[in-house]
Amino acid sequence: MNEKPEKLIDKKGCRLDGRKADELRPLKLEVGVLANADGSAYIEHGKNKILAAVFGPREMHPKHLSLPDRMVIRCRYHMAPFSVQERKSPAPSRREVELSKVIRESLEPSLFVELYPRTGIDLFIEVLQADGGTRCASITAASLAIADAGIPMRDLVAACAAGKVDDTVVVDLFDLEDKLGVADVPLALMPNLNAVTLLQMDGILTPEEFEQAVNMAMEGCKKIYAMQKEALKNKYMAIKEEVEEE
Amino acid sequence: MSSLVTRVKLKQIEQLIAKGKRLDGRGIGDYREIKIEQGLIEKAEGSARVLLGKTEVLVGTKIETGEPFPDTPNEGVLTVNAELVPLASPSFEPGPPDENSIELARIVDRGIRESKAIATEKLCIEPGKNVFVVFVDVYVLNHDGNLIDASALAAVAALLNTKMPNYEVEDGEVKIKTGYTTLPLKSRPITVTLGKINGNLIVDPWLEEEQVMDSRISMAINEEGNICAIQKGGSGYFTPQQILEAKNIAIEKAAELRKKLGW
Repeated sequence: MNEKPEKLIDKKGCRLDGRKADELRPLKLEVGVLANADGSAYIEHGKNKILAAVFGPREMHPKHLSLPDRMVIRCRYHMAPFSVQERKSPAPSRREVELSKVIRESLEPSLFVELYPRTGIDLFIEVLQADGGTRCASITAASLAIADAGIPMRDLVAACAAGKVDDTVVVDLFDLEDKLGVADVPLALMPNLNAVTLLQMDGILTPEEFEQAVNMAMEGCKKIYAMQKEALKNKYMAIKEEVEEE
Repeated sequence: MSSLVTRVKLKQIEQLIAKGKRLDGRGIGDYREIKIEQGLIEKAEGSARVLLGKTEVLVGTKIETGEPFPDTPNEGVLTVNAELVPLASPSFEPGPPDENSIELARIVDRGIRESKAIATEKLCIEPGKNVFVVFVDVYVLNHDGNLIDASALAAVAALLNTKMPNYEVEDGEVKIKTGYTTLPLKSRPITVTLGKINGNLIVDPWLEEEQVMDSRISMAINEEGNICAIQKGGSGYFTPQQILEAKNIAIEKAAELRKKLGW
């Protein structure tokens, strides 16, 4: 075990990984990475590495779970046993059950569920490596996977956390900051609709700090949103180039 | 989730809320009547029953000794579990905990843990080896909406009522002696849940409102009026303005409840 650092932010305002307070970790987004899924995406967010896949809209199995007036969304957030320092049992933990629920609820407002009665979509999220902020990175990737599947959406959902480390409100906490910091506020946003679809918090914040954290997380979401659109475009640009070559 | 009957009622509920009224006669910022009884289960170390309108939650606490987490060798352990008992609602089924009961337990847990309500550093017997483990078991006995606030209240009320066994360490073995001391508490967080119906925020949604609301937001507030935990739920969304509005309402309502309960 590493020794706990005394300060998470140095005198110059630099964080342990060299970032400024309002700086995101490097992001890499890729769309259409899995052959068998109807839609898929891969995200590298700092050291987080996450795959998301979507199947459907398709007939529900078992059938009795389908609803007469809308589509059912199922979501499974799962961490690989080797994704964290100490091996995680592959059986779903209570944390994973809760995260599956909040991730599903953060994506649902972006979908026209009433247009697909009696069907279901399945969202599978596999965290291959975790380094803090996996729920946000999972939402960002899953939303891209849904877009990749060609399912009509109101907007893409982008997610980013903000929080308090030492005495400073910062954006996009990594694992150590999350564990040793004061507070963490994960947030998901549909930027075009100005709609917050996920909001959680743990730690203690004053009302003013909370407001600051929400604004910072939303700014982060907007930056990620631009990268999401870029990733979608890149896939089709690549296809276009291939077709033109032929 | 919503039954046909409540969907028919949606319009009525919406129209009333637009006028600042509700189906059960409350204003949009009013809690239902709250009753708290403590210490009804003699065999538990602590217990409390909360009635929030017709919603009824019983919480029992047990204290045992066990191993601490490796990253906090000097601190006691808190474990929260919630049971949506089938006798509480026709929509609850027997079986292993589903996502709703797990989420409920984790919201209650987060409120207590993040506000540092329990002085866990005082629950250490032998660093790294033996500490007290506080089990908080939430038992929902009647579901009439807003299980979160009722459960969070009942959990804190039960902790306030919890007695710690006296002990002594002899040759590395823990011996429980007769007599009790109170569980050391540092904070009494209060969780306030707001529902969103047709763009309006309502405090303490009851069952029929829960069935038609598109999302909810719960905030745990401590004595200083600071926020210690938040959970958004439901398949809808909030605008940033609504979140800030919800924050202000939650802080105000928590202070009001705190005064009323003498916490």
